Amino acid sequence: MQVLATPLHTEAAATELERPVLEVCGISKKFADQDVLVDVSLSVRRGQTICILGPSGSGKSTLLRCINWLERPDHGQIFVSGQRIGYRAGSDQLMSPAELAMIRSRIGMVFQHFNLWPHLTVLGNLIEAPIWVQRRPREEVIAEAEALLEEIGLREKRDVYPARLSGGQKQRVAIARALAMRPAVLLFDEATSALDPELVGEVLAVMEKLAKGGMTMVVVTHEMSFAEDAADGIIFLDRGRVVEVAKPEKFFRQPDTERARAFLQRFGSSQRGRTRRDV
Amino acid sequence: MTREFAIVWAHKGRLLEGFVNTIGLCVLATIIALVVAGPVTIALMARNRPISMLARGLVDGMRCIPFLLLAYIIYYGLPTLGIRFNNWTAGLSALVVYNASYMAEILRGAWASLPREHIDAGQAFGFSGWRLYRRIILPPILMACVPVLGNQTIQIIKDSAFLTIIAVPELTHEASAIQSMYYVPFAAFVGAVVLYWLLCRIVETLVGLIERRAEKRR
Repeated sequence: MQVLATPLHTEAAATELERPVLEVCGISKKFADQDVLVDVSLSVRRGQTICILGPSGSGKSTLLRCINWLERPDHGQIFVSGQRIGYRAGSDQLMSPAELAMIRSRIGMVFQHFNLWPHLTVLGNLIEAPIWVQRRPREEVIAEAEALLEEIGLREKRDVYPARLSGGQKQRVAIARALAMRPAVLLFDEATSALDPELVGEVLAVMEKLAKGGMTMVVVTHEMSFAEDAADGIIFLDRGRVVEVAKPEKFFRQPDTERARAFLQRFGSSQRGRTRRDV
Repeated sequence: MTREFAIVWAHKGRLLEGFVNTIGLCVLATIIALVVAGPVTIALMARNRPISMLARGLVDGMRCIPFLLLAYIIYYGLPTLGIRFNNWTAGLSALVVYNASYMAEILRGAWASLPREHIDAGQAFGFSGWRLYRRIILPPILMACVPVLGNQTIQIIKDSAFLTIIAVPELTHEASAIQSMYYVPFAAFVGAVVLYWLLCRIVETLVGLIERRAEKRR
């Protein structure tokens, strides 16, 4: 079973490709009196990988957490596959927790610190939400989870608890857990930041495979080489504002803004030299 | 002295009957108290202030009342309000209400120290409400609480001895009956002590086994 890579080849699918899977329209968020996000908008079409870059504290992680409403935005709208998150269709009435939970289940999320459930085995982590949230048949979910584990090279860890895995293995399991939900869009919140340098490569390899396989992804990362190679678009955030939106070729060679240039210079010496091929 | 122990040995059937009653009562009380503690814990952690304050009142109230008084109130006091229980039901209710409060407080503490990341992941993957609690929050906090809940189970065993005052035929009651009939207080009560010790050792062994299983997940 080919689960990681699901390329679209048909003509009908080509139309589907044009439709945004994720639309973020003018969202703002404050913590206390501090603006964390200010009028941020973005649009992601099916199969696209968008990388969000920016210095620490620029609001990248908050933006991802607003997309699936782990943080409730103060203003703005978010749509996944045309459905508005947080509010009932055509009204300003808040969704019930159960309705919100159901729409969240279509947005996969990979966390910086993996956030695997410690009381469940690797397989248990993969099948928990598809069975209990999506109510899919157990046998089907297990078969799909085993295929995912095979593809990320962790089939032999099926019955192991997360505490017995390395950081890289944990993050690969976390990616497989998100994929097991068959998400419309997958969010990565600095998925490699908590890893030892020698473990970063194995996670980036899986992410790159996903990007090439047509998965729709929004990736917050400090891995510039991944952003340059795998992204279809770059969004540069600084102090909660979108400062620049560009293709990676343009962003990394000729950024339009001074802030992006300064950011790339700072990262350039320490990061761009370290590619996943080196680790 | 040997003669006293011989008398108790001759009535070992009665002592064992009390022992079995104590086991039944305590197993039932522990299970029901744990089940009751679940919703009370949710109420303690609720954002809705009246609900959390009500739960806090119950828990604090129970922690400040001596168990013996609670048993008296349920068995002798409630009939004046028209609520009547037999001695078994009154004893079991007292054990459950009293110890569920302690267990709820234990679970609340573990919940409060549960890393926020696990709950975040649960919510991000579409868990909410009771399902989030049952599938994502409760298992790790139970795992973390096993030793403390084991202690609480031992407390239930020891509290059950108070139920002799409302004539529940548990171990202390039967030992007391033997000693009052033959005036062998030392032998009768030492016999009961040995059986209580045995029961507590069994609980400690079980807790140890569960802890070893939990260790694999840490």
